[in-house]
Amino acid sequence: MDAVILARLQFAFTVGFHFLFPPLTIGMAWVIVGTMWKWKRTGEDFWLRISRFWIKLFAITFATGVATGITMEFQFGTNWAEYSRFVGDIFGAPLAAEAIFAFFLESSFLGVLLFGFGRFSRTTLFVAALLVAIGATLSAFWIIVANSWMQTPAGFELVGGRAELTDFWAAVFNPSTMPRYTHTIAASLTTGALFVMGVSALLLRRGKSVEEAKASLRIALILAFAANLAQLGTGHWHGMQVAETQPTKLAATEGLFDTQRGAPFVVFAIPNAEEERLDAAVEVPGLLSWLSFADFDAEVKGLREVPPEERPPLGEVFFSFRAMLALWGWFMLLTSVGLFLLWRRRLFEQRWWLRLAVWTIPLPFVANEVGWMVAELGRQPWAVQDVLLTRDAISVNVPAWQILASLLLFGLVYALLFVAWFYLLRKHVRKGPEPAAVASGAAGEGAAAVPGRSAADSDAEGPAAVAGDDGKGG
Amino acid sequence: MIELQIVWFLLIGVVLTVYVVLDGFDLGVGIWHLFARRDDERRTLLTSVGPVWDGNEVWLLTGGGALFAAFPPVYAAVFSGLYLPMMVVLFALIARAVSFEFRGKEDARGWRAGWDLAFALGSMIPALLLGVVAGNLLRGLPLDLRGDYAGGFLELLHPFALVVGGLGFALFAQQGAVWVWMKTEGELTDQARGWAFLSWGAAALLFVAATIWVLAGLPHVRENFLALPVLWGLPVAALVLLVLTGWAVLADHPGRGFLFSSLTIVSLMATFGASVFPSFVRASNDPRLSLTAYNSSSSDLTLEVMLVIAGVGVPLVAGYTIWVYRKFRGKVRVGHY
Repeated sequence: MDAVILARLQFAFTVGFHFLFPPLTIGMAWVIVGTMWKWKRTGEDFWLRISRFWIKLFAITFATGVATGITMEFQFGTNWAEYSRFVGDIFGAPLAAEAIFAFFLESSFLGVLLFGFGRFSRTTLFVAALLVAIGATLSAFWIIVANSWMQTPAGFELVGGRAELTDFWAAVFNPSTMPRYTHTIAASLTTGALFVMGVSALLLRRGKSVEEAKASLRIALILAFAANLAQLGTGHWHGMQVAETQPTKLAATEGLFDTQRGAPFVVFAIPNAEEERLDAAVEVPGLLSWLSFADFDAEVKGLREVPPEERPPLGEVFFSFRAMLALWGWFMLLTSVGLFLLWRRRLFEQRWWLRLAVWTIPLPFVANEVGWMVAELGRQPWAVQDVLLTRDAISVNVPAWQILASLLLFGLVYALLFVAWFYLLRKHVRKGPEPAAVASGAAGEGAAAVPGRSAADSDAEGPAAVAGDDGKGG
Repeated sequence: MIELQIVWFLLIGVVLTVYVVLDGFDLGVGIWHLFARRDDERRTLLTSVGPVWDGNEVWLLTGGGALFAAFPPVYAAVFSGLYLPMMVVLFALIARAVSFEFRGKEDARGWRAGWDLAFALGSMIPALLLGVVAGNLLRGLPLDLRGDYAGGFLELLHPFALVVGGLGFALFAQQGAVWVWMKTEGELTDQARGWAFLSWGAAALLFVAATIWVLAGLPHVRENFLALPVLWGLPVAALVLLVLTGWAVLADHPGRGFLFSSLTIVSLMATFGASVFPSFVRASNDPRLSLTAYNSSSSDLTLEVMLVIAGVGVPLVAGYTIWVYRKFRGKVRVGHY
């Protein structure tokens, strides 16, 4: 295989794998802010144990996200050296800003949160949880800035074979940054909330930690509904932006070949790229024009505006987009019904709803992945839309076999990581939050495991402060 | 007015120095991880760096990001030119990052032994290879007209590069050992003092070897020092601080040992910077092909924007990092892992 295909495969695989984790941690971080807030306000052991349960699952996922995220910073240099030379003047700054403004914050205060129970006040720990959530959310901002610049580059000029910055704020707030950022954050909140909802439903079905599960489920259900509802706004905003600034991507998403007024929205079809038509199409006339430009008669550009070699892969983009929409609809239905049942005080007894919530756990991850595919495949064949082709962006000095070898190693290592992550998550989900009675006993157990630990140290840990799992390892 | 290119050469040097000092001790803890035999000792080692290691590693990502932003051709050339070693470092960092969280969350012996190995190797490999890269940059690398590395993989394992790699490894090990010695109590503390002594001895030997090699065999490294003799103060300071570190270990002063060990690393990084300036990658085949701060920088606007980002961000980061370290000062208590 040639180096371009291999480098693209490697990038797609590593970023697609990485993208499983950050949306979950961003969303969970805000759920944890909620439960920590309850704990800070009430001081109840109940909320402490709930918080620590979610923090544990968060930490396992965060570690996996960090580990796979390092890869991304390496890859621009290792596999995409021409890209780095070409856009480094603009693209590097958001990555550096992410580290300085977001990643430090996240990492430093996660340390406080993980190791601070029993040492620090409730307020300090709550603030730490809040800063972790803010850090995670800011981190997404700078990454989306960098990626959005590839979609809708702005604030630059081409000088001597490279893109040079002319206006920093225009590059940061390029046309797609804010629609895509809000869309991604709402997706992350949905992911975290649906995860917490599903795990709580699982605990309820098993009759484990029932009160803790109910409390978590309530918070998660409301957040999931609200965040998913918000996608109506962010998704629409993003759609209008794509119509305006990336017409070819919109045309691929909708399988629209001819530029036309009153363009239809395709509910379902089988796109045929070779013969340039849609088979078995179910369409709503005029709707695409209206969605894109708020006018049923507006003109929407078709794929035939550009030569075939400048069109994105049609089927992948078309179906990914429809899968994302269908999943959105499902989340809307599930959470609406859930809210109704909650309001009628019947939710926790509806075993069928709880089961559906459990089955839904993997689905937001699928929605994120297909959404990402629409975004990135829809930009092809460009690495930077209309400026730099993907095939011109790779490292010309790295032989294909080295890319293949590292790709195989990524496959192996990431498969191991995934299995370990999933295994630990499953194990600790099944264990549930520590039961109330055990909490104080285990602190002593933990203390006994450390030779030479001073009595003063043990005294510093309040009886309720150290939950059981810390002590169990020794 | 100092040129922006020089400012950024220095700033990247500062960021990488902070990285080597801070991640130095947690990589060092990883080097010694398997030498602690009991499970509770290993947990103590992990916990001693647990709250801070991730923040420490962000200094590397910041250095990488800043290099990408300020000197894109250098970033592109180093990462793609040294593709295989970079991939090895990357996989080591991945293994290490997850082993912290994963290890303690399951009791099975095989599970723990596996993650122990991942943590130890994941720490040893970067600790060694960072020095090997430094050694190669001191020597210089053959570059082609595009600025890409034109040599083979085995050339990177030149004996001089290995000596510098060994020196880096020994200093990381020393930094980790002194950290454990300072942060723990009981049996482990005595053991760590032994480790500190051992790694100090190795560092001292390799320091002497590298110095002789530079003075005898690498005349280009001396150029900046001959032009500006006050720079000789840097390697002399490194030598004095290394001796003081040894004294602190013998005299049983862990706090001072950690301070001197850290300052040894700072002065060696400064010596390194003074040696290679203004080149990031010195072309050994033709000095005109070297990738320098002057011929490889981003536009002035980008460098200015980055300066504002650093000016706002770094004091904030320094502030809360110091706060976190103060909050966790004192002896380690096992928790979380």
